[in-house]
Amino acid sequence: MLVRRVWPSRPTFESSFSDYDQVRREMLRLLETATSGDAGEQGAGVFPPMNITQDDDNFYIRAEVPGMKPSELSISAVRNRVSLSGKREIPREHERASYHRKERPEGAFNRAVTLAAEVDPERVEARYTDGILTLTLPKAEQVKPRQIAVRT
Amino acid sequence: MATEATRDVQKTQQSTVAAAPEQTRTGPVYSPAVDIFENDSVITLLADMPGVKASDLAIDLRENVLTLTGRVTNARAGKESNVLSEYRPGTFVRQFTLSETIDQPKIDAQLTDGVLRLELPKVEKARPRQITVRSA
Repeated sequence: MLVRRVWPSRPTFESSFSDYDQVRREMLRLLETATSGDAGEQGAGVFPPMNITQDDDNFYIRAEVPGMKPSELSISAVRNRVSLSGKREIPREHERASYHRKERPEGAFNRAVTLAAEVDPERVEARYTDGILTLTLPKAEQVKPRQIAVRT
Repeated sequence: MATEATRDVQKTQQSTVAAAPEQTRTGPVYSPAVDIFENDSVITLLADMPGVKASDLAIDLRENVLTLTGRVTNARAGKESNVLSEYRPGTFVRQFTLSETIDQPKIDAQLTDGVLRLELPKVEKARPRQITVRSA
């Protein structure tokens, strides 16, 4: 199965996903999968594609931003809102170069996501390896699941 | 002019799909976005392969067909559950046909921050030469 990634030039500057939105996306994706026979990604169609996962303690956001310098990325977190912006610039190599293909996306981007729970902005960690940005966002203490002991 | 030059690096995407060797790994196969440009002495190919480590990248050249294969290993740890999934770990594969004018032993590859840079030097005789006309 060959999947070609395309970036439709929709002017979507942020994507939020409330619980409802998430259900809606999942439904759409299932519908798409059923009709096209293709396991389509449920991407928002904007750069960069990101995956969000969670465990008991943290949210993890991973975004595919190949070939960028950490200084070109700007990340901010307020309460349960995380935004990632930056500008991907592909320098023109030589004066006399003639291009045969130019497919790699470039330009400014800005994505903001609203997480289901608040995070502790002080302890957010960002790492950049092999073109993937990984944000580790610790959930705020008050929203962490707690084991409640039943007293007899 | 453009068509003349394009002959040096040709995409063999169509034929690849038709005669694609079956993947032994499950998961999607992506076609990485590439930039290709050339100057008088070298053809440069840049490919976006986020998540691919140098050890998981294979560049194979046989019978003038250049195959780029990059594997992405799943970055997530065991206990994480999905909240939003816009991309899946898969394999980046793309093939190009190189012409005879590439100095194949001198091909140089470098992978930095998920971007592959492949320098394909042209053989000496294929480089354009300026011929000065002498007056008698």
